[in-house]
Amino acid sequence: MYRPGRTASWSAGLTVLLVVVALGSAALGPVRIDPVTVAMAALNAIAVPTGVSTSTTSVPVLGFSTTVPTLEFTGVFDFEVAGSHQLIVETIRLPRIALAATVGFSLAAAGTVMQGFFRNPLADPSIIGVSSGAAAGAVAAIAFPVLAPFSSVHLSAFVGALGTAFLVYGIATEGGRTPVATLLLAGVAIQAFLGALISYMLVHSGDDLRRAVVWMMGHLSNTTWGDVRFALPVALLGVFVLGAYARELNVLLLGEEDAHHLGVDVERTKLLLLALSSVITAAGVAVAGVIGFVGLVVPHIMRLIVGPDHRILLPTSALAGASFLVATDTIARIGPAEVPVGIVTAFVGAPFFLFLLVRREVHSL
Amino acid sequence: MTESPTPNDADAGERARENAVESATETETESATAAETEMATAALEPASITVDGLSLSFGDVPVLRNVSLSIEPGEFVGVVGPNGAGKTTLLRAISGALEPDAGTVAVDEVDVHSVSSRASSRLVAVVPQDTSLSFSFPVRDVVEMGRHPHRSRFSSPTPADRAAVERALERTRTAKLADRPIDEISGGQRQRVVLARAIAQETPTLLLDEPTASLDVNHQVETLELVRELVGSGRTAVAAIHDLDLAARYCDRLVLLADGAVHDVGAPSNVLTTDALAEAFDATATVTTNPITGTETVTALPDATVRDSIATDVEDGSYDNEDTDNPRSTPARIHLIGTGTAAAGVLSRLAAAELDLSIGPVTPGDAAEEAARRLTGESSSAGVETIRVDPFAPLSADARDELDACIDAADATVLADPALGGETGRVLELVASVEQPVVVDTQQFADRSGASTGGEGTTSEAGTSEAARTRYEACRKRGVEVPPESVLEGVATALSETERTERPRDAGRPADATMPDDGTAPADDAADGPTPPRESSDD
Repeated sequence: MYRPGRTASWSAGLTVLLVVVALGSAALGPVRIDPVTVAMAALNAIAVPTGVSTSTTSVPVLGFSTTVPTLEFTGVFDFEVAGSHQLIVETIRLPRIALAATVGFSLAAAGTVMQGFFRNPLADPSIIGVSSGAAAGAVAAIAFPVLAPFSSVHLSAFVGALGTAFLVYGIATEGGRTPVATLLLAGVAIQAFLGALISYMLVHSGDDLRRAVVWMMGHLSNTTWGDVRFALPVALLGVFVLGAYARELNVLLLGEEDAHHLGVDVERTKLLLLALSSVITAAGVAVAGVIGFVGLVVPHIMRLIVGPDHRILLPTSALAGASFLVATDTIARIGPAEVPVGIVTAFVGAPFFLFLLVRREVHSL
Repeated sequence: MTESPTPNDADAGERARENAVESATETETESATAAETEMATAALEPASITVDGLSLSFGDVPVLRNVSLSIEPGEFVGVVGPNGAGKTTLLRAISGALEPDAGTVAVDEVDVHSVSSRASSRLVAVVPQDTSLSFSFPVRDVVEMGRHPHRSRFSSPTPADRAAVERALERTRTAKLADRPIDEISGGQRQRVVLARAIAQETPTLLLDEPTASLDVNHQVETLELVRELVGSGRTAVAAIHDLDLAARYCDRLVLLADGAVHDVGAPSNVLTTDALAEAFDATATVTTNPITGTETVTALPDATVRDSIATDVEDGSYDNEDTDNPRSTPARIHLIGTGTAAAGVLSRLAAAELDLSIGPVTPGDAAEEAARRLTGESSSAGVETIRVDPFAPLSADARDELDACIDAADATVLADPALGGETGRVLELVASVEQPVVVDTQQFADRSGASTGGEGTTSEAGTSEAARTRYEACRKRGVEVPPESVLEGVATALSETERTERPRDAGRPADATMPDDGTAPADDAADGPTPPRESSDD
């Protein structure tokens, strides 16, 4: 039977792994910085609010002044780190690593949920068209900035992703019920349609072609803390709520009617699972582009290791996905020329998965 | 011996205090587990199920039509009926999985369609016909899913949950499978795991859809015994059961569904009648009492066309001496020689075809004799003329004459497992006059007569059984050999042959009709001797 302690220890172990991978990643790059310095620089970057300062601002239009409270942050640690190293770690490498971890966390969690939801080992986070919608939105914003509803590529991708998810859900829902098979087929059809749309836009994108293609392959370069501030809360909150529904996800594997008999509000749970995993996927792909394979292969690997119970599978998959994407993004950026991370995830992930497939019996497929 | 006057009381008080402290400080101790387990078990009270005017259709196809049922707490009700009668749909509507077009279902006076699935899943547990699980969960985890309705979102399994799961595993004898992945056990084992899941759900009512469908005969009985036991310990159970015999054996009441409507409700003996089965199943079936379980046994027969073909034979045959417009006015007369359940089954089939029957010799208490007596007792039946003989006694002259008369009066003679010990040979001797006996192949003759020789061990007995076997083989050679379920076809064949080859016979059936073999020697002497001339002439 399920032991919460097992989940806790696996999660703790994978968190430690994530920290180690992140520090190792931050040490690597065009400028070599030794891991101890990296650790110190990272700790220096941690700031906590220590007080509130007030400043007086005049409101020009209304003609009076008001007092605005502002939080004051103070660094907790003050290690001796060379200024350039501190700058590289804090403003270039750490945001990128944090975003890679966030996106990997979201995609692996969403992939786990989708595989369980569809009872299909081939399901991945973009199965209902979220990634295609994001790509269509992003390519539109890149190639036809005049026509796109939002000038920001991120926003355009996010809106495209969620819009597609809702469209597919709406098409597949009839009379308050959403059959999973219909959802899957509607997703496939919409993906094909969007694929055609994206191809058309690429053909007519002219000079923006390269930028659009790189976006579609997935990229984490030029990440800022702003990207992290957008994606991380969404990912943490989304995965937390999904985790609360892990037992429902287990019961849903028995089939919807059995799940109903075991007290699961099937349609409501399905909508919630679908909406949450679409939102975290959309947030991930909006900032990082379409990164394939993480959401497909990481849940499988973790299922082989910890078993199919979502109460342990979901948190461990998310954490492993974070480490996986940080590691693969490191490989993507430390080479002589940076390659899109989506290429590396598949290039590294596929052989690893095949190795597991051959070594161990993958009976749960 | 020198202790205080009330040592036990003092002891008990101290233990209780210790237990109280222990459970207060550490909730996961054994004593706490036991206490919570008892509470959970004690809380289980069977609930009533009331179905009122339930109608349901899939698209334009009505599946249930105005079904009303009232099931008392602690009853085990079987839902029987032909395929497509709506058994599964009725269960799904009771469980709340299907919304009815009209009508209500109340479990424990709660309308299951108006409450949340969580609330209804605490009232009703369902064992579906087939369950597939795509990922390889261990069996114990699948059973644990039965606890889902009782747990809050963030709680981990409580001792009560664990105890309920272990108890369910024990009861279904799946404890040894507990750590095996669900996708690596057999279909029958999986069915029991799903039953364990429903038991762990600890609901006052249990719905089972064909719980025995994928089980072997041993596990079928075991499963229904378990359901019976669960009903005994405080549950109401409703099961769709395909097997009418099992339904009759284990259910308190049966609901016979036909074409989406309730045809009949009541005790198995009242519901399972030949007429009801004919209407509901459109089948020719006969209901007898199983001599071992004492409950109803239904034997389905080939459809009405075979019966009609026999009737046609009768009609065309010249033994039909009156009203030819009514083929049933003078049914063909059949004599059956046989013993045991094989002969009882054959007799039931023949009786269902409304043939005029005689049977013998049989010993009182034999399954065939009981079947004959029951058929005679039934008002609808004309009665079966039965030649009774004492067990282990030589065939008397009277019995022999009676038998000879019956065989002679019959339009066809059927042999079904005639195991009459040392007398078999003498009985079969009389069959030698029959042109074409119908031999029901039960494959038991050789074994039984072999066994009897082994037991007695005398040379004369051995000689008898040898003679009996020879005669039986002779009957098989010249007769029509059929499996038990095709006995009516066999009879039809024999009748048509008789009609073609024999001169018309007198249809009169008094036992003392003219006997062509009147000169036959009395049975008691020299029957162990060499093969009588009559038989050798037939060979």
